Amino acid sequence: MSSVTADPKPKVEIRGVHKNFGPLHVLRGIDLDVRAGEVTVVLGPSGSGKSTLLRTVNHLEKVDGGTVSVDGTLVGYRRSGNKLYELREREILKQRTRIGFVFQNFHLFPHLTVLENIVEAPVSALKRRRKDAEAAARQLLDRVGLADKAEAYPKQLSGGQQQRVAIARALALEPGLLLFDEPTSALDPELVGEVLDVIKDLAASGTTMIVVTHEIGFAREVADTVVFMDEGRIVEQGPPAEVLDAPRHERTRAFLSKVL
Amino acid sequence: MSATLATTPATAPPAEPPPRVVPTRRAGQWTAAGLVLVLLALGLVSVVRNEAFQWDVVAAYFTSASVLRGLGLTLWLTALVMVLGFALGTLLAVLRLSANPVLRAVSWGYVWFFRSTPILVQLLFWFNIGALYPQILGVNTVNLLGPVAVAVLGLTLHEAAYAAEVVRGGILSVDRGQIEAAESLGLGRRRRLSRIVLPQAMRAIVPPAGNMLIGTLKGTSIVSVIAVQDLLYSTQLVYHRTYEVIPLLLVATLWYVAVTSVLGIGQHYVERHYARGTAGAR
Ligand SMILES: Nc1ncnc2c1ncn2[C@@H]1O[C@H](COP(=O)(O)OP(=O)(O)O)[C@@H](O)[C@H]1O
Ligand SMILES: [Mg+2]
Repeated sequence: MSSVTADPKPKVEIRGVHKNFGPLHVLRGIDLDVRAGEVTVVLGPSGSGKSTLLRTVNHLEKVDGGTVSVDGTLVGYRRSGNKLYELREREILKQRTRIGFVFQNFHLFPHLTVLENIVEAPVSALKRRRKDAEAAARQLLDRVGLADKAEAYPKQLSGGQQQRVAIARALALEPGLLLFDEPTSALDPELVGEVLDVIKDLAASGTTMIVVTHEIGFAREVADTVVFMDEGRIVEQGPPAEVLDAPRHERTRAFLSKVL
Repeated sequence: MSATLATTPATAPPAEPPPRVVPTRRAGQWTAAGLVLVLLALGLVSVVRNEAFQWDVVAAYFTSASVLRGLGLTLWLTALVMVLGFALGTLLAVLRLSANPVLRAVSWGYVWFFRSTPILVQLLFWFNIGALYPQILGVNTVNLLGPVAVAVLGLTLHEAAYAAEVVRGGILSVDRGQIEAAESLGLGRRRRLSRIVLPQAMRAIVPPAGNMLIGTLKGTSIVSVIAVQDLLYSTQLVYHRTYEVIPLLLVATLWYVAVTSVLGIGQHYVERHYARGTAGAR
């Protein structure tokens, strides 16, 4: 389906992105397009820069070169002539409200109930009325199958339930783009399925997503595009049938033979 | 094993009752505990029986008007110094953790200075500010600060230096991922601090803050050097007149113990409040 669409602007455009951590050159020129409504799965060995790449998309990580745009707008910077000026924090925060981020370790707020976790951002970042935000939050909880857990504290839930709450929390801002950083890697094996099911539902409803994961089965089933990264570069990308079943690069083959 | 008992079919021979758990016998512990209790009781009896403590004098002054006035001053001075000290300390902690190197340095310098000079010297300095700087910005300083104002100012500035470190430690104890989650949800800086970071930092702040509160309660007695009539000074005023030194010191001591005990109980509930949402709480 990738070549058929005549979509003028991709939802996410990553152009020549570089990132260093001190002497470590973690991203070495990443180019990637994500079209609206598509699911992009990023695979790659640990340390290859997957998380860092994902974090540049909502400016949790500043780039040292290149640009990231979402909906045609630069993330974190304003262009003027040939210069990029970093935006004020307030403007960056506003951009982030349109991008949902789900962390490997959930990062739910432990001192707040499930409901409070979810309504926090709509109320304080989008200035929604608390009553409306709570009603919306309860619907989201219903959607992730946790309608009865609104008053619970995160630590009273299983890992899978916590991650579903984290997804609901990200959805509460009604973002046009969702980023998942290994959403099931911290879970016991029997809890992985319930989280992947929620993500599959979202994919089916047409949400644009970038998912970093080691779940090859999930990638095969849900991804429109699979991206394989190694040592800060995209080694190959394409539909799952190509990248997963007929990889062209030796490094992709070596990686797949290890995780499959 | 006992697990099979539940599934034993009705036709099986009657199962023997499950074994009873008998804890290790600890004869030594009992003996030691008994010995310590006997010694404590003997000590207590000797204190109560000893005429030199003059318990009748203690009783006479324990609720006397001047002692209660002193107690009142000690209590509100402690409360005010704690509140102002922690407000300023929180500000200092936030400055110390800010991205601005000048603000960081100023905060560091403040803490360094106020922690490395004795509180007694600081109090006397503020008390004598009029001699050092007769005028500040055109304002006469000589009678600007009464002894009580000097006590509040001096103790607060000193308290803030310690509070800053306690609050900073609390903030640093909060998982970095919490801040990233808040940032990725678009929460502003202030909101992140007040809603996400500080409430979680409180778990690490409350125990040392409780320590500081008790330290401050007793530490306020230093204001007697500038003739502020707190609990200790009000008893000293009596014994300077009557020479009943020991019983009056006992009056002050018993009040300090009583107030400290009440504060300890309060701390328990505060800790429980901030532990909500953590495993094992509620
Ligand atoms: N904040 C950081 N400071 C220094 N090095 C980092 C930081 N974050 C990531 N790295 C390093 O960058 C490399 C890529 O990390 P990451 O993007 O997390 O890889 P992946 O998610 O693919 O496992 C790793 O070598 C990691 O140690
Ligand atoms: Mg990672």
